[in-house]
Amino acid sequence: MFYIYCPHCEEHREEEEFHASGQAHIPRPLDPESCSDKEWGEYMFFRDNPRGLHHELWVHGIGCRKFFNITRDTQTYEIKEVYKIGQQPKFKASNSTLVEGVK
Amino acid sequence: MQKYSGFGLLKHALTHHENWQRVWRNPIPKKKYDVVIVGGGGHGLATAYYLAKVHGVTNIAVLEKGYLGGGNTARNTTIVRSNYLWDESAKLYEHAMKLWEGLSQDLNYNVMFSQRGVLNLGHTLQDMRDIERRVNANRLNGIDGEVLDPQQIKEIVPMMDCSDQPRYPIMGASWQPRGGVARHDAVAWGYARAADALGVDLIQQCEVIDIVTEDGAATGVMTNSHGLIEAGRIGCVTAGNSSVMANMAGFRLPLESHPLQALVSEPIKPILDTVVMSNHVHGYVSQSDKGDLVIGAGIDGYNGYGQRGSYHTIEHTVQAIVELFPVFSRVRMNRQWGGIVDTCPDACPIISATPVENLFFNCGWGTGGFKATPGSGHAFAETLAAGEASEMAKPFSMFRFHDGALIDEHGAAGVAH
Repeated sequence: MFYIYCPHCEEHREEEEFHASGQAHIPRPLDPESCSDKEWGEYMFFRDNPRGLHHELWVHGIGCRKFFNITRDTQTYEIKEVYKIGQQPKFKASNSTLVEGVK
Repeated sequence: MQKYSGFGLLKHALTHHENWQRVWRNPIPKKKYDVVIVGGGGHGLATAYYLAKVHGVTNIAVLEKGYLGGGNTARNTTIVRSNYLWDESAKLYEHAMKLWEGLSQDLNYNVMFSQRGVLNLGHTLQDMRDIERRVNANRLNGIDGEVLDPQQIKEIVPMMDCSDQPRYPIMGASWQPRGGVARHDAVAWGYARAADALGVDLIQQCEVIDIVTEDGAATGVMTNSHGLIEAGRIGCVTAGNSSVMANMAGFRLPLESHPLQALVSEPIKPILDTVVMSNHVHGYVSQSDKGDLVIGAGIDGYNGYGQRGSYHTIEHTVQAIVELFPVFSRVRMNRQWGGIVDTCPDACPIISATPVENLFFNCGWGTGGFKATPGSGHAFAETLAAGEASEMAKPFSMFRFHDGALIDEHGAAGVAH
């Protein structure tokens, strides 16, 4: 059971109020029509899925209903940091494909 | 290999069972193998067995970082069924079912396969439409199945609450009489023993830490305990750790690894002689031969490699089970654990060649790999022997996520994710 700090509500709440929405920082291709099948497939389905630090998108589903990011260790489950969409993480994920400066 | 039989049991009784042969050898690995299989769980061991038995490839090593069958093979809820919707997956799971039916004889090892029937409950009109569609599709594919109404369900499981009182009343179910359960550990041990007898080297406590590639082709694996082991072909059968293995070879997979939890109760007298699953209220239950109720939950929503999940997930499942079986409300739970399942976006596995030559993956079984163990091993062995996807494995290429030919089995997968 996680005890998660919501950066929008600015308080710790129990995990049941939240929902994990998968890997964070996946930019939608700017021009989907010009994507190859491979590029579009990679965007839609392929994920880093590291054993170690991972940037994740979470939503405070039955709280403020806003999205935010968590950097979490998928091995120890330790939450390293919580930050709002648009901010950059302080910790770097294991085998990260995160492009510098991507919002 | 010493053949097991009733007579053998009597014979060994005379010497107080002190002269049984070791079930498998514990060999020092060779420098080079024709095929190296990474992962000594049920699927990996089955792959090795069928490679040796069907395809005559016996220069094989199975590398296991822990002990044989100690991962998801030891952690699942042992349910076996083949009632999948689409032709591709129905073919694969039914192939596995046919192998299950003769497995104990084939391996000369009692895997305690018990065809006690599997019920998949429906609680909404949409559930029932899906169930009817799936049962009809099954029958067209030669898989047994029936749609039952609450009265018929009541006859099979008398103590289940089939009234209109629960929050989500049972509206009907699909029923596969040939489904059932098998002894999960015995499956790994049986395959290991039979593969070992055919000359396969089973190397335990040997973790693969890197995949060695040369000009875009895999040539071997680096291990923590035995250094470099060269291989003609490499098959990765590492379930929850598949993304980590792929990362070693420099590519990504369309997988996310999640914790999937299960729990067992204290042993009680026989009360449930079939398997009950409900996709809608997220729970499934059967009773083991020991007498404990074996209960499975939905996956935890976040990625995790920790082999444990959150408490509220099992609480939710136990609530659902008590709603279905009010009589279980005072049964005490004994143990609870988690396994790491590699879920695929379409709830179907990946049995596939990869961007790296001579490297093959069998993964993505997600929440439902145990039932497919024999079929998975059979299809992957054919793939490794030929160096290209077998007829049965072709639709399950990892590249289907590029061309869009997904096989959506979320309805039949049975576990919420």
